[in-house]
Amino acid sequence: MVTAVTNLGRSGLYDWLVQRVSGVVLLAYFVCLTAFIVSTPDMGYEQWRGLFQHTAMRVFSVAAILSLAMHAWIGLWCVVTDYLTPRLLGPRANLYRGLASAVCGITLFTYVVWGIQIVWGN
Amino acid sequence: MTDNRPVNLDLATIKMPITAIVSILTRASGVFLFAAMALMIWMLDMSLASPEEFAQLKQMLTAPLSKIVLWVIVAAVIYHALAGIKHLIADFGYGETLEGGVLGARLVLILSIVLAALAGVWIW
Repeated sequence: MVTAVTNLGRSGLYDWLVQRVSGVVLLAYFVCLTAFIVSTPDMGYEQWRGLFQHTAMRVFSVAAILSLAMHAWIGLWCVVTDYLTPRLLGPRANLYRGLASAVCGITLFTYVVWGIQIVWGN
Repeated sequence: MTDNRPVNLDLATIKMPITAIVSILTRASGVFLFAAMALMIWMLDMSLASPEEFAQLKQMLTAPLSKIVLWVIVAAVIYHALAGIKHLIADFGYGETLEGGVLGARLVLILSIVLAALAGVWIW
């Protein structure tokens, strides 16, 4: 049986929705950043830093980094539960999958703290 | 749960249709971007830390190897984003047929190549 304990929302439908919403946030963030970078030739430090000193941009950045963490967790969960299985890895697969999930989770948590520290810290 | 049930989905013997290739590339690019995000956040950190570090990063990104790494990351973002948009369109009920799926997969591949090429022109 499938035990829904490591997926983000304990429900496929919830994960499906979070994956879409976070994906749209990330898409908007990267499109905005790309538009700014491409439309600012020979960008200097002041312009770049000025962008990230707007409160709106800081909020947008935090939304993006939180979206990234949720989006990546759901995506990586799909990947590890599909490929790190007893059929492919043998009887210790659950241990390996747990370890892989832990590495993903710690990494994503680090990204969130690091990202927030960058945009709000200075 | 017994381990000896027959497994009919032996990926190694199945010829992958274009939809499957686009699907697996979405996963692969997603896993890659998860790892590459460390590099992206590090660059963001450096770019905002001080004028000196901003200049240092800019200098670093002129090296051919950095440009290749940057382009690979940008290309992965482009591909993953387009594949995601295809998913959203399918969620609204478009392109759910076999023909629609193949067309969507082709569009994702073609648009990715075009946009990645444009990104390459911009980077170099």
